[in-house]
Amino acid sequence: MYATSYHRASSVEEAVKLKSANEEGKYLSGGMTLIATMKQRLAAPSDLIDLRHISTLRGISIDGRKVTIGAATPHADVAASRELAAICPAICKLAGHIGDPHVRHMGTIGGSIANNDPAADYPAGLLGLGATIVTDRRSIPADDFFIGLFETALEEGEMVTSVTFNAPEKAGYAKFNNPASRFAMTGVFVAKTAGGVRVAVTGAGSSGVFRHPGFEQALGSNWSADALSNVAVDASNLMADMHANAEYRANLVKVMAKRAVASAG
Amino acid sequence: MGVEGIGARVTRKEDKRFLTGKGRYTDDMTVPGMKYAYFVRSPYAHAKIRNIDATAAKAMPGVIDVLDGKQLQADGIGNLICGWMIHSKDGTPMKMGAWHPLAVDTVRYVGDAIAIVVADSSGEARDAAEAVVVDYEQLPAVVEAVAALASGAPQIHPEAPGNLIFDWQIGEPDAVDKAIATAAHVTEIEILNNRLSPNPMEPRATLGIYDTAEDHYTCYTTSQNPHVARLVMSAFYNVAPENKLRVIAPDVGGGFGSKIYIYPEEIICLWASKKTGVPVKWTSDRTEAFLTDAHGRDHVSKVKMAFDANNRITALKVDTIANLGAYMSLFSSAVPTYLYATLLSGQYDIPAIHANVRTVYTNTVPVDAYRGAGRPEATYLLERTMETAARELGVSPAELRRANFIRTFPHQTPVIMNYDAGDYEASLNAAMQAADWAGFAARRSQSEAKGKKRGIGMSCYIEACGIAPSAAVGSLGAGVGLWESAEVRVNAVGTIEVLTGSHSHGQGHETTFAQLVAGRLGVPIESINIVHGDTDKVQMGMGTYGSRSGAVGMSAVVKALDKVEAKAKKIAAHLMEASEEDIVIENGELKVAGTDKSVPWFQVALASYTAHNLPSGMEPGLKETAFYDPSNFTFPAGCYIAEVEIDPDTGETDIVQFVAADDFGNIINPMIVEGQVHGGIAQGIGQALLESVQYDENGQLLTASYMDYAMPRADDLPSFKLSHQNTPCPGNPLGIKGCGEAGAIGSPPALINAITDAIGHNKLTMPATPMKVWQALHPAH
Ligand SMILES: Cc1cc2nc3c(=O)[nH]c(=O)nc-3n(C[C@H](O)[C@H](O)[C@H](O)COP(=O)(O)OP(=O)(O)OC[C@H]3O[C@@H](n4cnc5c(N)ncnc54)[C@H](O)[C@@H]3O)c2cc1C
Repeated sequence: MYATSYHRASSVEEAVKLKSANEEGKYLSGGMTLIATMKQRLAAPSDLIDLRHISTLRGISIDGRKVTIGAATPHADVAASRELAAICPAICKLAGHIGDPHVRHMGTIGGSIANNDPAADYPAGLLGLGATIVTDRRSIPADDFFIGLFETALEEGEMVTSVTFNAPEKAGYAKFNNPASRFAMTGVFVAKTAGGVRVAVTGAGSSGVFRHPGFEQALGSNWSADALSNVAVDASNLMADMHANAEYRANLVKVMAKRAVASAG
Repeated sequence: MGVEGIGARVTRKEDKRFLTGKGRYTDDMTVPGMKYAYFVRSPYAHAKIRNIDATAAKAMPGVIDVLDGKQLQADGIGNLICGWMIHSKDGTPMKMGAWHPLAVDTVRYVGDAIAIVVADSSGEARDAAEAVVVDYEQLPAVVEAVAALASGAPQIHPEAPGNLIFDWQIGEPDAVDKAIATAAHVTEIEILNNRLSPNPMEPRATLGIYDTAEDHYTCYTTSQNPHVARLVMSAFYNVAPENKLRVIAPDVGGGFGSKIYIYPEEIICLWASKKTGVPVKWTSDRTEAFLTDAHGRDHVSKVKMAFDANNRITALKVDTIANLGAYMSLFSSAVPTYLYATLLSGQYDIPAIHANVRTVYTNTVPVDAYRGAGRPEATYLLERTMETAARELGVSPAELRRANFIRTFPHQTPVIMNYDAGDYEASLNAAMQAADWAGFAARRSQSEAKGKKRGIGMSCYIEACGIAPSAAVGSLGAGVGLWESAEVRVNAVGTIEVLTGSHSHGQGHETTFAQLVAGRLGVPIESINIVHGDTDKVQMGMGTYGSRSGAVGMSAVVKALDKVEAKAKKIAAHLMEASEEDIVIENGELKVAGTDKSVPWFQVALASYTAHNLPSGMEPGLKETAFYDPSNFTFPAGCYIAEVEIDPDTGETDIVQFVAADDFGNIINPMIVEGQVHGGIAQGIGQALLESVQYDENGQLLTASYMDYAMPRADDLPSFKLSHQNTPCPGNPLGIKGCGEAGAIGSPPALINAITDAIGHNKLTMPATPMKVWQALHPAH
């Protein structure tokens, strides 16, 4: 590993200040992506600004149907939250299938969405729920947040502090694991929200997480797995790699969407 | 003491150390003044090295030196060798290209070592390695064996025109062709055996220590056979004479074959230690392991199997192309020849067999033995062919096998092997019963009702273990003999050390070898220590691979024990004034049969060392050495049945049942044997469903981490149903055959036979990933 300076921030303000003072620095949350990237020498930040000890960034709060999850909340906490499961079990299930127990106890929601891996689960969840990403300086709707492969609307030095959403009437998530990494080879999140049906697909799009208007329309008029049977999935914008070609992913998008609807609670 | 003797489920003595983190692996070793190595490796699959400039690297903080291949060559360090000579069918010897431990002018695979950086810390060594400037001239690369044989393919070694290393054959081509021409039915199939990475939990590591005062080297290394490492480093690589080189393989965290070979890094760290004057340690990281540990398998074969009108096999014809990678690793030539083609008779009475094997250089990691080594390739080929033939002939797979089983022993196959004992039908029956084969049709209907596809498949494997009779392998080209040694050293108070040339890296020798001694003498198992893995402590030995430690290594212990017991009986007879023939050893005592006279074991041991009262002329002491050279291979065999349920929507395969019925002969410790079978099947399932090394067309390794190389995990595996049949091996004193590889050998064809049964056709290659199975079910895609 290249030399790097470690800072343990105790407040959002301090962290943002440290970041702006160290242009080549990076926020460190669970480190499940960043540390591995550094070990592979694909990243060499001059400074690591650790967010996990900022108490305001951690935890889940629920106010009626409004849910707020702090950016430094680990996946395991989301998976295990009974209060959250009572109003939005799909997001708990999603979190509970990220990686393995070690990853779930270290990795965080803020780190996951800031990283925006095209095969990550949370981007599908937040886009599907129509969540809002709150940062140290503004609020960004999920529709505007996830831009492309590993690309988000975050500006230089901008920090995710929390995500918020209103619990949907119904939601479901179905994930097909990549056999090696167990990231999503295709994951589909469906939600019946106050603003209508939303369907978000991860692991499959060649430019990251995306919504599927055809599915949304079909489910909007008939919330059932069968409603999707005749909706086509276009393979031309889907990812192809050694594990799955675009046609197979197109098939998985449909199959996982149906399963997500069937399992929705 | 029956509870600790042969056949007892003794918990593993070594596990306390492993499970509490107290194991001592090579990377745990530290010595004063020790520094760290990092290797500069080729990023290209094939390139000329125009120049290496280490000026900037040498100036980096903490750097002690940067050394390259020219310096190594100037110091007279030799090239790596392949230790088994194979001759092509035209009589010419195999065409071995030079493998410099550090590439001198050409690199031939991504990961080929170019220079070693020695620094105060591994981080500094790595930083400096990045600063070494290598000027490459890129050359075209080839990664597939078939493509490497094509005309116009990039030429990899000047010594091997057309990249062909040898074109070898075994058996009788004319008899086979004649039988095929007159057959009632011929089954033809093309078989691909996918390339695998061995992935032991502990990556390779080495620590080289040069002692200036003694002009002596110590090499800690992750080896399955430290004595062979010393022999080869000394005799072929000119590192140091044997008496000036000590090789220690301490706790080793798995090998699966990949730690048999002597790799460049051991040699280079020893040499670098002398050059730099500091002990030099190197530990591979996981990606380096993917890039440089010898891979396994990678065969492409065409098969024809001929049958008469009664469904009896009349001939088998096999044409195989085996990818050996960029260099010939230590046993690479033996794996696709004598460890493969000699098993092509399987469990069947086949009158005529002919196999032709071409081995090929490619711009990939060297390929060598990996759990099973040749036998999985033979078994997969044969058992896929049998299953296909049964479908074509319209008979049940079990009946076709039964009709062709070898039933009398010894049985001479047309491909060298002489099977000494077996009862193949017993395993077949046991497996079919355990699997409730008869109830499959009903289970299939239930699956269909749920929209799932269900299939069942079997594999009747045979393999050869206990390698090997030295004279026989010598006549076939082996550079070494494959006997084993043991020393049984009784201490003055009766505790015992067994020094074995076998090496345990997960097999549990510290328990099973001790069980043998405890059972024979009736002494507590705690009083017995097994010593292995250090050339200074243990007499010359050949190490562990090919499931040989029980059949060969323990047989050497038996021979040494025979000698110890004979001497102990003489002493006891003398002490009790009885006749030597009347002494029996039981429950830790030497007794005069039929009387109540006895002396405890420890007293005899003590008497041997006090030497106050020994039979006249007897030498003091109680310690004996024996070398055991087997008279034949051993032949574990069995029947595996896999049952799968496939989700046609996703192509996902669920293994709903897996049955293994194995005949390993006598069993020392059933718990350890079950563990070996479980692990072997897990690796076989890995090969069948998940694992595959993939290179792109430029020779870049795509599966260089667990993000892309799919290893089997606990939830990929069902609960295994195991049983054992027993036809004791007549060839060794304990009647044992070996169990370390069977699981990996027998399972892949059972799984692919089950999946192809479920999908209704044969167009499927390993690994049967969800995508491939889905494509097989939806051929339009
Ligand atoms: C073995 C393994 C398996 C995995 N499996 C899955 C899986 O199945 N599904 C899945 O979705 N993910 C998976 N992951 C990824 C995991 O969820 C990571 O935790 C996640 O991608 C990154 O979160 P982190 O908290 O570890 O972030 P870090 O690694 O600490 O940071 C990631 C990036 O985000 C930036 N960052 C972190 N926090 C913030 C913030 N609050 N504001 C702005 N930028 C920030 C960092 O600077 C860095 O660039 C896996 C990871 C591993 C190691």
